[in-house]
Amino acid sequence: MNAAPSPIRRNIPRFAGSDRPGIMPQSRLAGPMPWVIGIMMALTVIAAGAGLALRNLAENARAEIAGGLTVQILEGGPAERARQAEVAVAVLSNREDVAEVRRVPDTEVEALLEPWLGEQDVPEEDAIAVPALIDVRLAGPVTPRRLDELRAALAAPAPSARVDAQAGWLAPVFDAIRSLQWLALGLVGLLAATTAAAVWLAARSALGSNRETVEIIHLLGGTDGQIARIFQRSIGLDAALGGFAGLALGLATILLLGRQFARLGSGMVAGGSFGAFDWAVLAAMPLLGIVLAMLTARLTVLSALRRML
Amino acid sequence: MSGGEGTIVQFDNVGLRYGTEREVLSDVSFTLYPGSFYFLTGASGAGKTSLLRLLYLAQRPSRGVIRMFGTDVITVPRQALPAFRRRIGVVFQDFRLVPHLSAFDNVALPLRVSGVPESEIRKPVADMLDWVGLEQRHDARPATLSGGEQQRVAIARAVIARPEILVADEPTGNVDPDLALKLLRLFEALNRLGTTVVVATHDVHLLKKVPDSLIMRLDRGRLSDPTGALRYPPRREVAGS
Repeated sequence: MNAAPSPIRRNIPRFAGSDRPGIMPQSRLAGPMPWVIGIMMALTVIAAGAGLALRNLAENARAEIAGGLTVQILEGGPAERARQAEVAVAVLSNREDVAEVRRVPDTEVEALLEPWLGEQDVPEEDAIAVPALIDVRLAGPVTPRRLDELRAALAAPAPSARVDAQAGWLAPVFDAIRSLQWLALGLVGLLAATTAAAVWLAARSALGSNRETVEIIHLLGGTDGQIARIFQRSIGLDAALGGFAGLALGLATILLLGRQFARLGSGMVAGGSFGAFDWAVLAAMPLLGIVLAMLTARLTVLSALRRML
Repeated sequence: MSGGEGTIVQFDNVGLRYGTEREVLSDVSFTLYPGSFYFLTGASGAGKTSLLRLLYLAQRPSRGVIRMFGTDVITVPRQALPAFRRRIGVVFQDFRLVPHLSAFDNVALPLRVSGVPESEIRKPVADMLDWVGLEQRHDARPATLSGGEQQRVAIARAVIARPEILVADEPTGNVDPDLALKLLRLFEALNRLGTTVVVATHDVHLLKKVPDSLIMRLDRGRLSDPTGALRYPPRREVAGS
């Protein structure tokens, strides 16, 4: 220690935002954050998956019945019912705005009603009168005006005909699905808010336990942004660890549930299956979680630092 | 106190109180000139550490004006303070080393905070640690270092970025007389390179070791001027003219 302090350098570059890792102690998996974020992410993925499945289910069902009409011939006498059904089919088939007409066979109708009415193994005149059904598909969507036009067209040739849009039958189902979709969206929002709150708490706690180090960095010329970056990077790593683990757990649950629903063999449930977009949305969840966690950590730390000199 | 030409620090009627207590510093006015060496003395509780805290911008005064590097640092927005702090080196009385960083990383901290590339950090930090006699302790954590070693790490950290002002609070309090002298020589060497040095101490023997130094004395929060250090122009300049 005889010479002048030669290692002391001149012209040190001005601050360029360095934020070396390791300035704050890290506790990684030992801390609760990756676990909390992982559980939140799994629940978020499941809720989002449910929302997407419901949306797909509703959209597929809606597309399927968009131009659909059902004509019922509500006539007690079997012969008259058959006659009016034939006339109705003929009238409908001749219309340009009708794309497809299909008389639902009586056997098919009976099979549909069998769970409620039992087997109608009696002479036709003794059997419970069941309406004749005609499945109609319009070219284009069903509108109230078109519905009225068809009713008017059938009024004279088939006075017992009742025309209903298929969407009308399923309106309560769609309403219920829409409610469930909102519920799923609400759950995703609540889980995101809970994650942000957990990150806020964790950032405050980390800031408190590292207050001395933060103060030293401040006094050495560290900026708020630089200190915030240290915390946001740490929380970001926690969020990445927890987020991808949560995604894996959530996807496994969705696949398992999907298999069980697929076994039901219901056409409507099959309409809820995922496309590439849905998988992409679910895969993006951890990334959104990381962004949310880092942003929350940054804002929390910056707001706390603003109260220091 | 007006002007500011050729000064690096100006305190004008500065007062400091914590909460509703009585003022720990009252009507403190002085000027520090670039390249000067100052000792700040006074009994325990006289307000030395409080004055130094104002100097290294850890505290805003309750009243008065403080100008540093030609700028009123009381009114500058807090976002601008880091740029000023990077021009000040501080040796804290309690060292304030980051406990989970090695001696090397503690000394490197001011350079990293200042954005110096990693490739330009290794050698000067290693040289500095060698220079303060810690060549074998680069990787040691503060908890494994003795008080004297910690103090040397703290001093190395304060001077590594070649600050324009070096503020040292009892920097020789935990070292033996030989090392205390060596550290003073380091401060003098820095001073010769243009750094303004302010050393707070209650060790009167130390004052005689730096013959060209100026002395500021604090007595119950008020500054006295036994050597004419606070006069304008300061005594040294009068003597030299």
